[in-house]
Amino acid sequence: MPALALRPRRLMARALVLGAALVLIVAGCGIGATEAPTSVTVGSNYSDEVPKAAFASMLEYCAGETDVEATINTTEHGKFQDSINAYLQATPDDVFTWFAGYRMRFFAGQGLATDISDVWANVGSNYSEAFKTASTGDDGKQYFIPMYNYPWVVIYRKSLFQDNGYEIPTTWSEFKDLAEQMQDDDLVPMAFADKDGWPAMGTFDILNMRQNGYQFHVDLMAGTEKWTDPRVADVFELWKELLPYLQTNALGRTWQEGAQSMINKEAGMYFLGTFAGEQASDPAIHDDLDFFPFPVLGNEWDAENAIDAPIDGLMLSKSPKNLAGAKKLLECVATGEAQIKFLESSPNNVAAAKDADTSGYTPFQKKMAEIIGNSGAIAQFLDRDTRPDFAGGNGMQKFLQDFLADPDQDLNAFLTGIQTFYDSL
Amino acid sequence: MTDQLLHERSSTPPAAAAGGVAASPPARRRSRFSLLTRRDKILLGVMVGVPTFIHVFFIWLPTILSAILSFTNWNGIGLDRIVFVGTKNYEDLFTGVYAPFWPALQHNLIWLVVFTVLATPIGIFFAVLLDKEIRGTRIYQSALYLPVVLSLAIVGFIWQLIYSPDQGLINSLLGTAKTPEAIDWLGNRDINLWAILVAASWRHIGYIMVLYLAGLKSVDPNLKEAAAIDGATETQTFFRVVLPVLRPINLVVIVITVIESLRAFDLVFITNRGLNGLELLSVLVTNNIIGEASRIGFGSAIAMILLVISVGPIIYYLTRSLKAEQA
Repeated sequence: MPALALRPRRLMARALVLGAALVLIVAGCGIGATEAPTSVTVGSNYSDEVPKAAFASMLEYCAGETDVEATINTTEHGKFQDSINAYLQATPDDVFTWFAGYRMRFFAGQGLATDISDVWANVGSNYSEAFKTASTGDDGKQYFIPMYNYPWVVIYRKSLFQDNGYEIPTTWSEFKDLAEQMQDDDLVPMAFADKDGWPAMGTFDILNMRQNGYQFHVDLMAGTEKWTDPRVADVFELWKELLPYLQTNALGRTWQEGAQSMINKEAGMYFLGTFAGEQASDPAIHDDLDFFPFPVLGNEWDAENAIDAPIDGLMLSKSPKNLAGAKKLLECVATGEAQIKFLESSPNNVAAAKDADTSGYTPFQKKMAEIIGNSGAIAQFLDRDTRPDFAGGNGMQKFLQDFLADPDQDLNAFLTGIQTFYDSL
Repeated sequence: MTDQLLHERSSTPPAAAAGGVAASPPARRRSRFSLLTRRDKILLGVMVGVPTFIHVFFIWLPTILSAILSFTNWNGIGLDRIVFVGTKNYEDLFTGVYAPFWPALQHNLIWLVVFTVLATPIGIFFAVLLDKEIRGTRIYQSALYLPVVLSLAIVGFIWQLIYSPDQGLINSLLGTAKTPEAIDWLGNRDINLWAILVAASWRHIGYIMVLYLAGLKSVDPNLKEAAAIDGATETQTFFRVVLPVLRPINLVVIVITVIESLRAFDLVFITNRGLNGLELLSVLVTNNIIGEASRIGFGSAIAMILLVISVGPIIYYLTRSLKAEQA
């Protein structure tokens, strides 16, 4: 959900899909002279123009490489997610776009996805262990091919830091000192927005992982650790320390508005996924954006330096019409060349495959790859790491908003409420 | 009228009530209906059967299935995964395990009260004013009706532009935009319901106004004239003459007001998906059933409660006013 905002441009989108499909068919026919091309259908949630064209160009590249021509059926991003249950049970496309982590394991566990361990046997060496873990279902088999990911980091404008002589903070106290300094300079230290319900999850995740480590995050999300644990209360106490430096009225602000205030230099920093860069439509301003990992707290988890870096990729539906073709397509998507095709038009993500040619990366992308590479553990994001009925509007979105609306409430009662809700599911 | 009713209530067959043919003994029963040919019967059967089928299949069957599902735990995947959990869903709702339920119920009631006490009377008031054939009445009419015609995406966007703390019209006028003192109309849960109710009333007033205006046009001017000659004031004429004459329209307006308040959904969902102080029963149903979460059983339980709440007052009002009409 955090990756892309909803932008209904359906008509234009359809025209584009049609165009893309036509191009693919023509391309497929050209190659078909030597070997009969097979056709695979791909259900896509890339409904925004830029990623849609990027996705089409990646599959077009794979059609040339594998003789598998893909027909893309695009659904508006939010709608795709809302109807995913019905979609996967009815007559889904052979391949569909989805997210790694719990959200992938959930559908694999329900028998709505096809095991692609044999594909992983061929492409596994092209991915790091973290990606393999994120692609593995509860039964130990792989169900997911990662395409790219993006980190959650503290984003800022280089020129603002230069002009004011700010230093990049690496520890909690440096971070708070910098925030104080920004307040003295009449800046809001950190932009903050949670009208959409999910952006605050990123803040919770990072504070939790800095305070309690990656494994605690995983266990808490999986339900084996309890929300009533005092370690969770510590996270909210830490958050309270941060609150004076966060933009007020967060519950009425969208992340786009939050990003704008950082881009307009009203706020000094913004902790968000690098997709915040989408809001800088002026390339000169985009080049002025930079970021650093959230500071460490000076505890045993400093070395681990965990980070949220959600992975997007492809899965195979339960009974694809063209199984062999679909697997060939996935093998192609697992290559660096294919992923770079996608990223050429989407500079706010980095390729997942090891052999991706990163020489064409923008400095922004190089930095992303560097930060992800330096992280000892990679989490997916709260709403991708736990059950959807717990993460959604009835659950954690609501609870975190409750906390932000009244941070001084009784934390014990608050956390008991969360645990009671989890247990009722 | 009463006479006819009496006959219908007794067990006498309708044909007998009509007299004449009724005298025949039971053996000749068939010929009694000989007025209808075979074709007529088939036609009648189809005319009654098709709507009945549609009604049963698309209204009663889903309702009954929802009622059954409300006692289960099901994520919507595979019929074999439906687990019966008894009244657990309802217990979770009423005991506060599911925290948004009571606020949502309360918000629906506030919505109903505001619509009934403020929005609908204002709509009627505008209709009466516009009925006076004042100059430029058509312009006022279009202006007031415009919000009803606009697509909801646009309505949501318009109010976002008005209410936003950073870029909003109100905060800019107050000079508080982009400052910590900015009023967070849609984010502060103490006021956002009222902010949304202003937006919702904005639409509702136009809707009621057009309905009522159509009714007012049909009132015989002679009645008002007669009242005026008898020395009634404008107000007296409206409450003593026009309002009673418009009984059918009043009924429609009241039913629409109740339905609109209970099914209120769109504006809230566009604003923030019904979170953070804008919970409504309809949104809770959607949030539970649509999407990856898919708590079909739990969502059905909320839907059943919403059904009971909506059906209750409407049945009560309809039966009461229909009886009053017959009397």
